[in-house]
Amino acid sequence: MNTIRRRETLFAVVCGACVFVPLLLLVGMVGAVVVRGFGRLDLSFLTSYPSRHAELAGLFPALVGSALLVAMTAALALPIGGAAAIWLEEYGGRSRLARFIELNVHNLAGVPSVVYGILGLGVFVRVLGLGHGILSGAATLALLVLPVVIVASRESLRAVPSSLRDACAALGATQWQAVRTVVVPAALPGMLTGAVLALSRAVGETAPLIVVGAVAYVTFLPTSLDDPFTALPIQIFHWVARPQAAFVTNAAAGILVLLAVVASVNILVSWVRDRAEQKVQR
Amino acid sequence: MGSAEVVMDDRTGRSPARARGPLEAFAETLVFACAALSILTTFGIIALLARETLAFFREVAPWRLFTEFEWTPLFAIPRFGIWPLLGGTLLISFIALAVAVPMGIGAAIWLSEIASPRARRFLKPALEVLAGVPTLVYGALALVVVTPILQKIVPGLAGFNALAPGLVMGLMLVATVATLVEDALRAVPHSLREAACGLGADRVTTVMSVVLPSARAGIVAATTLALGRAIGETMIVAIAAGQQPRLTLDPRVPIETMTAFIVQVAQGDVPVDTLAYRTLFVVGSLLFALTLSLNLIARIVVRGSASKAGMRQAT
Repeated sequence: MNTIRRRETLFAVVCGACVFVPLLLLVGMVGAVVVRGFGRLDLSFLTSYPSRHAELAGLFPALVGSALLVAMTAALALPIGGAAAIWLEEYGGRSRLARFIELNVHNLAGVPSVVYGILGLGVFVRVLGLGHGILSGAATLALLVLPVVIVASRESLRAVPSSLRDACAALGATQWQAVRTVVVPAALPGMLTGAVLALSRAVGETAPLIVVGAVAYVTFLPTSLDDPFTALPIQIFHWVARPQAAFVTNAAAGILVLLAVVASVNILVSWVRDRAEQKVQR
Repeated sequence: MGSAEVVMDDRTGRSPARARGPLEAFAETLVFACAALSILTTFGIIALLARETLAFFREVAPWRLFTEFEWTPLFAIPRFGIWPLLGGTLLISFIALAVAVPMGIGAAIWLSEIASPRARRFLKPALEVLAGVPTLVYGALALVVVTPILQKIVPGLAGFNALAPGLVMGLMLVATVATLVEDALRAVPHSLREAACGLGADRVTTVMSVVLPSARAGIVAATTLALGRAIGETMIVAIAAGQQPRLTLDPRVPIETMTAFIVQVAQGDVPVDTLAYRTLFVVGSLLFALTLSLNLIARIVVRGSASKAGMRQAT
């Protein structure tokens, strides 16, 4: 009897370690970055342009570039993703075409982000002639996050009780009227939180932007859609690749900024979602 | 979508969505066009990769990809053997899976079979954070934190190597595997656990000989999806594994993966429509084909087991 209990305890400890060890390792590694980069974080680091001198270099164009990229990606991906979800959930039904598009969306979600970069390079930069600018970058990121936005939007559309749709039909509303005035407003909070989570992932995306042609050494802010641009992850990537220790310290500080942005977005979203769920339960 | 339409169809004898004037039709067309964009994206990827790859093969015979054993497309005398890039990719992927699959299964068992509901409520989202950290950050951690530590343990470990990015990628993928396997474990009917218990099995035996085997398909699918992620992962390897295509099984030396090569070419000033430029698309095609087939295999495995389970319940 005793050996059985010991066996069970050992089993529980080994399995529990599989949860806690990765988490502790991540905390430890990020802690090492905090130690290295925290001293470098000050206001001038956030407001300076890149420089050949690590101590003077800053993140300003990268921050502006990332903010513009996210805003433009949102402007492209949210309406298109929302509309695609509406079609799949409200119109497509179980038709063969809808199932094909659904399978296709799932497959696109598994395509490596660097391949989206190649698509952006081939289509937006070359064929459409948008240049190596911020518009090409944002359009590429929009295609990348679209599957995530569609899946999240569908989930919240599906959560709208069908009794609401039935009630609309009973009142004589057409399907589009029901979608526009009842179903989408009911699903909108969920659609938006899913979309924001997708965008928080886009903030950290690096590979597609490199392939589309973002550059690291930008000493001015973009004034047009095809000006050279940089972004937070691009700047970090170039700093971390430098052999000089001072630039690696800059990269560590940049990573802290990036993690702070991603973490605060996620915490905010889960807080909003918890509140919304509580409201529904009441 | 549901009962309401059916009733209306019966009464009016026509589809309600199509019957209501131009605005309705326009709105439906518009949302359909957005959904169809996903098909356009897939075809765009395939058409672009195919066009540039075919243009490449007009200058370089396709079999040279497999009959040469060096990858030096940017050199004066170029060699186009894909093996070093493919080997580097697989080496790192297998290191990552060697970490992620056992730990992911262990974590899934803990979350699904052992943890109290309260512990699970906190630790499941915490574990998912692992998959939410930008991969650029993991790459920097592998290069700046993990490699220096490993160099004290592993003799002869170079500054760029396959080991550190592989291990860090494995850590990242623990969350991916754990989430998928946990879903599979939770889908195992409770009656099986009760039956095992009734036969006198303790919890370890129940999990290892009853629950895990029943979730086999989910575990295979999770492993396949994780392999696809590992093959497509870019920034970790581009930062920490080096940029030296080399056909080796030694995890201590710099190598180059397919994804890292794409980043390397894209960073440099390679003139468009040259052979060197087209290698980007050739490697991209292989990468796309590999990850797409792994995703489809995972889907088929899951669906096959689901239909089998359905049949079992029906009989």
